[in-house]
Amino acid sequence: MKIRAAQLLLLFAFVLAWGLLTDPRVPGFYFDNPDKAAFFFGEPLKVLARLADWFVGGDIYPHLGVTLLETLLAFVLGTAGGIAMGLWLGLARTAAAILDPYIKGLNAMPRVILAPIFMVWFGLGMASKVALGITLVFFIVFFNVYQGVREVSPVVLANARMLGAGQRQLLRHVYMPSALSWVFASLHNSVGLAFVGAVVGEYLGSAEGVGYLIHQAEGVFDINTVIAGILLLTGFALVLDAAVGWIESRLMVWQPHTGESSQL
Amino acid sequence: MSDSACSLELDRITCRFSSRDAPGTPYIALAEASLTVRTGEFVAVVGPTGCGKSTLLNVAAGLLAPSSGTVRVHGEALIGINRRSGYMFQADALMPWRSALDNVTAGLEFRGMPREEARLRGHGWLQRVGLGGFATRYPHQLSGGMRKRVALAQMLVLDPEILLMDEPFSALDIQTRQLMENELLALWSANRKSVIFITHDLEEAISLADRVVVLSAGPATHPIGEFVIDLPRPRDVAEVRLTPRFVELHTQIWHAMKGEVMKAYAAQYAPVDAR
Repeated sequence: MKIRAAQLLLLFAFVLAWGLLTDPRVPGFYFDNPDKAAFFFGEPLKVLARLADWFVGGDIYPHLGVTLLETLLAFVLGTAGGIAMGLWLGLARTAAAILDPYIKGLNAMPRVILAPIFMVWFGLGMASKVALGITLVFFIVFFNVYQGVREVSPVVLANARMLGAGQRQLLRHVYMPSALSWVFASLHNSVGLAFVGAVVGEYLGSAEGVGYLIHQAEGVFDINTVIAGILLLTGFALVLDAAVGWIESRLMVWQPHTGESSQL
Repeated sequence: MSDSACSLELDRITCRFSSRDAPGTPYIALAEASLTVRTGEFVAVVGPTGCGKSTLLNVAAGLLAPSSGTVRVHGEALIGINRRSGYMFQADALMPWRSALDNVTAGLEFRGMPREEARLRGHGWLQRVGLGGFATRYPHQLSGGMRKRVALAQMLVLDPEILLMDEPFSALDIQTRQLMENELLALWSANRKSVIFITHDLEEAISLADRVVVLSAGPATHPIGEFVIDLPRPRDVAEVRLTPRFVELHTQIWHAMKGEVMKAYAAQYAPVDAR
């Protein structure tokens, strides 16, 4: 509880300092013109007013909806693809050996740069943003599942075979649950990246979405709206991350939590 | 040699592995190793560390195909996994994502038994190994001894004809271990299965088995001696160790083993010229 209070105090102190330093009525000590600080850094009250305006006026919902839908589609499709590919290559040693340099290359590539190409291919609508998000999410999930399949305990595997598990049952009852713990470790990262894909895609060219709003505001130097957009995105990224955490705690009950004793 | 009373027969098994240090010369783990287990017989296999005991058991289980030689189960040559056997591993082999009960019923599930019936049998076996109240616990919530009990129930619920046990209790403390050994004997004497019990502990081997087979030090491991253990049953593994006949057998077998143990010891501490 003390930690929580300190956290809130820190937030309050930061916003207060921000507010005081950017208030045009307070004489600036760095800028010659008191309005300049507000121009560069925005004003917390105006940012808050903008957010309230968005939600009360309802202008934000279609944009937010588009961004969240893009994020979710990229997240779900990228994760599904990563799991399928990771399982396949984790089990097919020869195929993995052949594809290894290409996978390494694709992973090393700065994939955000693909955004303009996707726009040429899929247009300015949602598809190009989803495609960008998928390329970001896919590799993270893929590498984790691949690793998870490779690191299945050989003893557990041999035991399942002795208990009579066939190839499909090994996949379903040994490889998949073992890979799942690795998948969840990666989902926290990938949900954030799905968001990045959606917003960067919108920022580079679109007619709707929160990234588009931020881009528009930047065009007219409306720094308050830009910051409001950033705060909004941050909030929703946290919500999505919490959702993943909640699902994880439901599905991964068999995992020992740190601090929980393994003995009775 | 296809005796009908013979449930498992390892006939001149040789296992070669390509070694990483010297790719040209293969490492020979087992050389012409033969072993037979009669129906209902409890055979303990002892040998110095690293002599290929586990390799021998993996061959018997069908997890490992020998380079040459045949495994026969009730007179039939074994191809693939030995479906008539259950295997208890030295290391933890439970699926950590399954509760104790779900681990016990895993084999029944793989064989397509309806869920309700499998759970009923699984519960029965959990109770028999003294874990009736722990059905919903996950392996990480159980102690080492409890996990071994679950593994035992997991193997026995399938009612295999042959039990293959690879130092199953070696990780347990001495009291828990003797408890488990007594329980194993009690469960075994209820419906005599054929057992191969691998161990490096001679006392454990004598107190459990009908027959003790001594393996040579590796590489090229093969049996070098067999000893019939004529101690009366039922036995208490702690008490039987104090009887004169036990001491006599122990002295006799240890005499046969000692040379091999010293060889294994020397090989471990001079790894350059060995192999």
